[in-house]
Amino acid sequence: MLDDFLIRAALAGLGVNLTAAPLGCFVIWRRMAYLGDATAHASILGVALSLIFSLPLTLSVLLTASLMALLSLALSNRGWAMDTLLGVLSHSALAIGLVAVSFVSGIRIDLMAYLFGDILAVSQTDLLTIWVGAFLVVGMLAYRWSNLLLVTLNPDLAIASGIDPKREQLILTLSLAVVVAVAIKIVGVLLIVAMLIIPAAGARPLSRTPETMAMLSAVIGGSASGLGLIASYQFDTPTGPTIVCTATLLFLLINAMRPAIDWILKSRQKDRQAQPLNTGERHG
Amino acid sequence: MLIRVEGLSAQISGREVLRDISMGVEAGEIVTLVGPNGSGKTSLLKTLIGALTPSQGRVLKDQGLRLAYVPQKLHVEPMLPMTVARFLSLPKKKTASSIAQALTAAGVPGIEKQSIQGLSGGQFQRVQLARAMMDKPNLLLLDEATQRLDHVGIADFYHQIAAIRRDTNCAVLMVSHDLNVVMRQTDRVICLNTHICCQGKPDHGVPHRSISVSLGSAMRIWPCITISRMP
Ligand SMILES: Nc1ncnc2c1ncn2[C@@H]1O[C@H](COP(=O)(O)OP(=O)(O)O)[C@@H](O)[C@H]1O
Ligand SMILES: [Mg+2]
Repeated sequence: MLDDFLIRAALAGLGVNLTAAPLGCFVIWRRMAYLGDATAHASILGVALSLIFSLPLTLSVLLTASLMALLSLALSNRGWAMDTLLGVLSHSALAIGLVAVSFVSGIRIDLMAYLFGDILAVSQTDLLTIWVGAFLVVGMLAYRWSNLLLVTLNPDLAIASGIDPKREQLILTLSLAVVVAVAIKIVGVLLIVAMLIIPAAGARPLSRTPETMAMLSAVIGGSASGLGLIASYQFDTPTGPTIVCTATLLFLLINAMRPAIDWILKSRQKDRQAQPLNTGERHG
Repeated sequence: MLIRVEGLSAQISGREVLRDISMGVEAGEIVTLVGPNGSGKTSLLKTLIGALTPSQGRVLKDQGLRLAYVPQKLHVEPMLPMTVARFLSLPKKKTASSIAQALTAAGVPGIEKQSIQGLSGGQFQRVQLARAMMDKPNLLLLDEATQRLDHVGIADFYHQIAAIRRDTNCAVLMVSHDLNVVMRQTDRVICLNTHICCQGKPDHGVPHRSISVSLGSAMRIWPCITISRMP
């Protein structure tokens, strides 16, 4: 059954989105979007290295993405103008990668697949890689969820509770590299950060706790990848960009309905609060 | 001693913010840090929790130390949805009843479901105190915890601190500008200005009202008049 390329594509898209969802929330909460870009762009360098030295693609991308993520992390603790610095790193990495790839003959056409992804060309091995990566990242995030949240909220509070913010930050950074390495075939270098950020941003207005936001962003990302895949097949459009467009549509839809959502959440809260407010008078 | 520092100096981006500090807090003691803006009060608390590494000297902690910390300011990213109940459950999961109890004790009952970004400054301050008390600490570090409270709130707050100490024998080390209260409710005052100017018991013989609440003028009076010097 898995021979069917559409089913493989759907499973691949789902795997990538389930991984991207919780991590994307941290990218938003910690304002790591630029770091995500730098990591993703560096992976094209990994593609070049894998082609030149005939290394396994995932391994080579994982290495360059991790190196870039760690470099960005090291520099971000120096208090420099971060967006400038990461902008320099990120776009240099992309440019160097593109130039390096051009030295390898006969792959100019294939380059599109790495820039924008080619979800329909996913092999069984790719699928396995994606789901192993998904379990690794989601498992790691779930295992350290509370610590990661507290570090994100305030590093000093985390330290006072005996948590090392540097270690948690390292976990997030390496998770980012893993997501980039497994997502590169699906959505491509240029749109990985979109798949991290857009579903999470769409989930925000609907969420009152971090856990709901992570789950809803998985639902939004999963729907976007399913619907996007169908749309891309139907209209013969590039799959990665179509999935991102679908996520954007969902994001816009949720925000358009936001006044109604806020109203519903508020009136539900008022119902719940009616009781405590009355008893509260005794204290006042 | 619950916690003690010896000959501690610390730097922030190459500048010395603490110089040769030796002090400590005993079990059940209420100690207040006073000093002008930029005198290193926040930095001292940060070295105690381990967020700022000393360039010299050391921090000694008792084996049984359980410290809780309320920072001077806590900015919460608007994109991070966080209810009061969830905040109190960080990093360790808490029962709904212990959360309700802590909120009631802090004077903000029934707000579990509200988002912390929507709270008033005073409410959030109380919620932070509630969170700090969740793990039953024996040392509470408070950095200007009354800065966003109104007059009633400030009076309430110090009653609560006194109650916490009475009920749980929790020691408190706080940074405060409420000099009148400091005079009455503190066991010991430490005057900080990069180094320790002086520390000791507040002198109860001095009429409180004669001391200006403005810290600038207070600093001139304090070291020599209101604190009996201790070696
Ligand atoms: N993040 C920082 N970067 C640079 N200097 C800082 C930083 N935080 C504090 N300082 C400096 O350290 C000194 C002590 O600050 P602080 O401990 O916050 O004082 P206080 O809490 O007594 O007002 C000040 O001179 C301040 O300018
Ligand atoms: Mg301060």
